[in-house]
Parts: sequence; structure tokens; C-alpha cells
Amino acid sequence: MTCEEAEVLLHALLDGELDAGHAREVEAHIAGCAHCTALMQEYREISQAMAESEVHYKAPLELRRRIEKALPQPVAAPSRRAVLRGFAMGSAVSAIAATGLVAIVLRNDDEQRIEAEMVSAHLRSLQAGHLTDVISTDQHTVKPWFNGKLDVSPPVIDLTALGFTLIGGRLDYVDARAIGALVYRRRQHVINLFVAQTANTEHRAAKTETVQGFNIRRWSERGLNFWAVSDLARDELADFGERFEAAMRAAG
Amino acid sequence: MVVKASQDDPEKARRFREAALPYLDDAYTLARYLLRNATDAEDAVQECYLRAYKHFDSYRGPAMKPWLFAILRNVCRAEYARRKTAPAPVEQLPESAEQAPMWHETQDTPEKQLLRRFDGDTVRKLVAALAEPFRETFVLREIQNLSYREIADVAAVPVGTVMSRLARARAMLRSAWLAEQEQVK
Repeated sequence: MTCEEAEVLLHALLDGELDAGHAREVEAHIAGCAHCTALMQEYREISQAMAESEVHYKAPLELRRRIEKALPQPVAAPSRRAVLRGFAMGSAVSAIAATGLVAIVLRNDDEQRIEAEMVSAHLRSLQAGHLTDVISTDQHTVKPWFNGKLDVSPPVIDLTALGFTLIGGRLDYVDARAIGALVYRRRQHVINLFVAQTANTEHRAAKTETVQGFNIRRWSERGLNFWAVSDLARDELADFGERFEAAMRAAG
Repeated sequence: MVVKASQDDPEKARRFREAALPYLDDAYTLARYLLRNATDAEDAVQECYLRAYKHFDSYRGPAMKPWLFAILRNVCRAEYARRKTAPAPVEQLPESAEQAPMWHETQDTPEKQLLRRFDGDTVRKLVAALAEPFRETFVLREIQNLSYREIADVAAVPVGTVMSRLARARAMLRSAWLAEQEQVK
């Protein structure tokens, strides 16, 4: 074997890729050739140095996130659920979500989608037998009923004296998540007051929208989001909301 | 870039994640050496994973890493083609480059002293400076630990070619290593 041949084959020897016959031939040449012996030793050292050096790169987190996002998600329809489950965007929000608080981060399009879902939930509740899970005009019965069913304890306030009769509570599903609903009645009109926890503890002033002919009054207070949905006229629903908010503040 | 709804099979996606995502760092490393640019490497790896997911139904094994690398290499070649000032892709390298005699690199007498060790950045730089197709072969062997057979499959060349390219690549790296060592002295 010539040095020229050995200089190619010694790499395969180094990598353990030679069959026994060829390996013996190359070894025989190297044993009798100082040049190839030294060369083999250098290549071995370089391989060793390569193995011990920081020659790998770590994929950026952002790349991992981009790929994850582009792949179909492991659970069905996650993009919808993400809203109530809390976005992974802000670390503060994630941290709160991780402690069991439901984080609701509302962007405009999500806000509209959720309002539409609230109206659907309201409509479902009006079907026979769906309005309440617990029937009681007593706030001290309704409030404990929610315990263990939700990760939020909705403030249950009796407004009967003000013309809004508490008739019970219900568990509902909005955005693929359990949410509390307090049910009030004014004359023949039903008001569903949906309550969900949010990471944002700021007070958000009430806003009223009309969706599919229903009025929705939405506000935030003390880490809770409220949506009052009814076919009541706008001003009467505003009256309900204001009295509820006032009573909540008065209750401390 | 989101995979089409027809591809939207949660079970397939789960299997793909488990099989392919553990090689994300390896894929990114290969793309960094092939493209020598962080942004292009990220784009190539993302494209590679989306293509791999699309063809995951036809994946029969045995090893996920070389399978992913073969896809990644094709993506990187498309990226070479897109670049106007890019180094020539592997296939366009003149025949003579691969057939040039090896003693250009190896004629010098091997040093009797131990080779100097360099930090990671220097080693990366030396590897990145290798010409293609030798860089690709070298990275697949020395950094990614692929067998000659796997490298041959990834690069779509015979095993004999892998062997000669690797010999050439190591000879080039050795020369560069010694030159760097001389400079630092």
C-alpha cells in the first residue's frame, strides 16, 4: 500500500468504517511508515478536539416556537381555547396562569368572538331546563354551590330589592372552558351574568355592545371579567350593571 | 406558513413531534455550517420541518436524523441557488476541485508536538472556512456522528465519494489548524 492510498484509508480506519481485511492492510502500512503514523495521530487529535469543543449550535427558542406553531396542535381546536387558558406571551401572564388563575387577554377580535359565544350561551340557557343548575333566590345558597366547580368564586349579589331577582346559578362553557353564570330575572327578561377570572386586576369601565339583537355589557373589576347578556333594553341592562358594580364595591 | 387543514391530524402531529423535534439543535447546527448565516439557517430549518411533516407518512425509518438532514440539505441547496453571490452548490463545483491531489494539504511533515487546542469559536471558524462539498461531509461525520453510509444517503453520493471527501476535508482542516496555530504563536 502506498502512502497516497493510506492517507485516504486511514480516515476510514479512524472512523471504524473499514472491514477487517482492509483494516489490517492499513495498519500494516502505518506500522512501517513514520509519516502515516504521525499523520494518523494528528487526525486522531483533531477528532478528539472536535468532540470536546463547543462546535454545536443551539436552536433559538424563537425557531422552536415558530415550528411548533406551524405544526397542527396536539389537541383539537387549541387556538380557540387559548384565550381563556391564558396566552404564553407575557411571562407575568404565564406565571399567573400557572398558579391556576385564568388569564383572559382580550384583543379586539377575540373580544368579539367571546361576546358572540356569550350570546350563544345565553340562548342555550333559555332552552327548557337549561337556565339554572342551582335554583335559589338566596345568594348564600348560590355562592357555595360554585365551590369546587370553578377556579373562581363569582360574587353573588342579591338585587331583588332593586328589581333584579336572583334566580340561580349555572356552569356554562365558553371558549371551551367552564365559566360561572349568575341568572337574574327582571319581569319576563332573563339576564345571564357571566364571570371569569382575568390576570388583569385593573378596573375596566363598562362597554355595551349589541350582538344578534342582544345587549352585552362588559366590565372588569378586581381581577374578574363580567359579561351581562340579556334581551333587556340597553338602559335597563346598564342600570343592572351599575347596581351590581355598586353593590360589589359596597360589599368590599 | 401553516400546514394545511388536510394535514391537520393531531395523532400524526404528535408522533412527528416526538420523532423529529429532539433533532432540532442538530438540524440547526447543520444548517448553520451549510449556510454560514443564522437567519438563513433558521428559515431553512423551519422549512425542513414543514417539509418533513408533509412527507412524514412516507417515512419508514430507520434513522430520523439522516432523513431530516437529507431534507434540510435540499432546502439549503435551494437557498444557495437563491443567493446570487453564494458559494457554488455542491453539484456545481468543478470536477477538478474534488480531483485535485491531496498532497497540497498533506505534503508537509506531521508535527512532532501535540496539536494546540482552540476554543469553540475558533474551531467553528475553521470548520466554516472549509470549502464545499468537504465542509458538509466533515460536519456530518465529525459533528453529527453519521456513518459513511448515512452521509452517502444524505449527500446522495456513493460511499467511496464520502471517504475521499472526508479525507480531503480533514487534510484541509489540518492545514488550517496548523496555520492558525502558527499565527497564534
